[in-house]
Amino acid sequence: MTNKITKAGSISRRRLLTTASATAALAVSPFRINLLQAEEAPIKIGFPVPLTGPYGAEAQDQVRAGQLAVAQFNDAGGLNGRKAELVVRDDKLNPGEAATRTLELVEKEKVNFVVGSLSAAVQLAINNVTKERGVIFNSISQSDAINEAADFSKFTFHEALNPHMTSGAVGRYAFAKFGKKVAFLTADYAYGHEMVRGFLEVGKEFNIENLGDIRHPLGTTDFSTLLPRLQALKPDILCISNFGRDQQIALKQATDFGVKKSIQIIAPLLSHASRVAAGPQAFEGVIGGCSFYWGIEDKFASTKAFNDAFRKMYDGKLPTDYGALGYGGVRTVLEAVKGAGSVETNRVVAALEALKYDYYKGPQYYRKCDHQSVQSVLVIKSKSKDLRNVSDVFEVLSTEEPNEKYLRSCEALGHKS
Amino acid sequence: MAGLSFELIALQLFAGLALGAIYVLFAIGLSLIFGMLTVVNFAHGAFYMVGAYVGLYLISIGGNFWICLVAVPIAIGLFGLAVERVLIRPLYGRGIDYPLLLTFGLSYVMVECVRIAFGKTGYPFDTPEVLQGAVDIGVGYFPLYRLFVIGATAVVLLALWLFLEKTSFGLIIRAGARDPQIVRVLGVDVARVWLIVFGIGTAIAGFAGLLAAPLQGVIPEMGGTILAEAFVVTVVGGMGSIGGAVLAGLLVGVVVSMTSLFAPEMAKVSIFALMALVLIVRPQGFFGRAGLMS
Repeated sequence: MTNKITKAGSISRRRLLTTASATAALAVSPFRINLLQAEEAPIKIGFPVPLTGPYGAEAQDQVRAGQLAVAQFNDAGGLNGRKAELVVRDDKLNPGEAATRTLELVEKEKVNFVVGSLSAAVQLAINNVTKERGVIFNSISQSDAINEAADFSKFTFHEALNPHMTSGAVGRYAFAKFGKKVAFLTADYAYGHEMVRGFLEVGKEFNIENLGDIRHPLGTTDFSTLLPRLQALKPDILCISNFGRDQQIALKQATDFGVKKSIQIIAPLLSHASRVAAGPQAFEGVIGGCSFYWGIEDKFASTKAFNDAFRKMYDGKLPTDYGALGYGGVRTVLEAVKGAGSVETNRVVAALEALKYDYYKGPQYYRKCDHQSVQSVLVIKSKSKDLRNVSDVFEVLSTEEPNEKYLRSCEALGHKS
Repeated sequence: MAGLSFELIALQLFAGLALGAIYVLFAIGLSLIFGMLTVVNFAHGAFYMVGAYVGLYLISIGGNFWICLVAVPIAIGLFGLAVERVLIRPLYGRGIDYPLLLTFGLSYVMVECVRIAFGKTGYPFDTPEVLQGAVDIGVGYFPLYRLFVIGATAVVLLALWLFLEKTSFGLIIRAGARDPQIVRVLGVDVARVWLIVFGIGTAIAGFAGLLAAPLQGVIPEMGGTILAEAFVVTVVGGMGSIGGAVLAGLLVGVVVSMTSLFAPEMAKVSIFALMALVLIVRPQGFFGRAGLMS
């Protein structure tokens, strides 16, 4: 404290003396104990997510599972007794709001790390703040741009899948099976654009014909004026690249319009929370990708352990895909803290880079050049029959194993190595 | 993009009218309340949302959609009566911004209460079984449920018209809107008239919310988006004019639909462009009475 004040030249001598003597008085008084304890303040993880708005359902799952990772860390004794704490903020799915909240988390809450976001666009706003302040940010939402040299910094990690991996896996599955004529309905922002780019990229291998791409603004509640046009194009596949409530409403209304009768609908990502919120009818038969589905617990012990812990904490509820990302994002950072034996940024960065982990979905690691988590992509189909429980919503059709060949190369992203 | 045929344009036009019907249904309640009471009801979207939630609740306790069609407007209408009596009435004669701010705040309270009671996450709302699927309307397939919404809107409009134009109570309402002082002198309890008008307006909002639920599901924020669009409709149609709201609602629907066909990314902005255009040519809207706001 004194240090800070002496640095600032404009402080009066009297002020300096007062502060200095106050500090000295504190140093010898019983309050000293408190000061020492304050140094052992909890490890704070800032968690900006869009709790309100069209992605609210998914964001709430991110928080739940993030809390679980923190609880497990604390129950295991923390970092030599030092506990962790999740500081959740609502970014309202707005880049400006997210930047302000993140700045507040860094400056006022003095968070050690930031994990969070649920938007291809908003995470870049958060990343801008954290990279400038030298704070580690682990993004748990899809984005291609965050891997690219222009947005990347050594403090930036990306636990979520990126659109290139996701659309690649779904495209390789669907284009081989359902036909070559493809029409697109796309949310008009970074997420949608990156997904379509990914689909067209992988589509080259299959010689798909792009019949057209209709874009809608984020937060659209009525697709009735867009669907007749898409049907008139007579595609084999309608690829709907949107998320959250937009996805729920688009699929519901496409079902009402009878689109599914002659067209296979695919989505880069099928959100578990959205499927639950929209009901089985709307999602029936739709094929898409995801980073996690609780049903893979037969395959991975880590998934089973994560599911059980989540069930125990939340009255038998099962985790969703975005919930799992919240868990993975927080847990990797906390494990790296343990590994580094410190919260010091550079040591934690090194520990994260060295991590080979399997915490909830099978093996993963952060690629050195862009800190993208190399991981599996699940291709899933929405079920409407024989549902064993409220979370039994998808069937896993295929799994694309973790492999750097499904990522864009470091050079293509503009990284040197 | 290729594939522009006569059928597609006709279907698109129809989709626009169907969308317009939803705007109309929502906007007439707003327009009715403003026209008669000069209350700009910012909570209209919240009443709409609560209507959908009441429907959801009734179905969850064993009711069906058809019961909801009757029960929801009654429930929301009664709620509207209570709101008018307790909150709005003390503000009459205090200028237009008092009830505006009150209802604005009320909408936040209502949304937050629903979030507390039902959670922030949305719920699915299945289309009633007999109205599922799409039917051939000659130029292509169109969802049966949307046709039902058009029909329901027409019924509500007809009932409202008959009530206002053909009943003696309707006569009093119209007279009360034109000159409340004279009506009061004639021995009519104007306060009671306004109470009932507010109740009818909110009942229609609740009904519209229920009808919208199978189209888009139910979520606490659902009233927000449509409120902005409904204000465009009422402004274009003329604040307080029910006929204007009908014409403007259908027009807005068609404009959105046609813009979607040729330039989908402009669809959202097109309705505001339409509003700007109408306001330049006719500041009071199609059938608005000049000076109602002053």
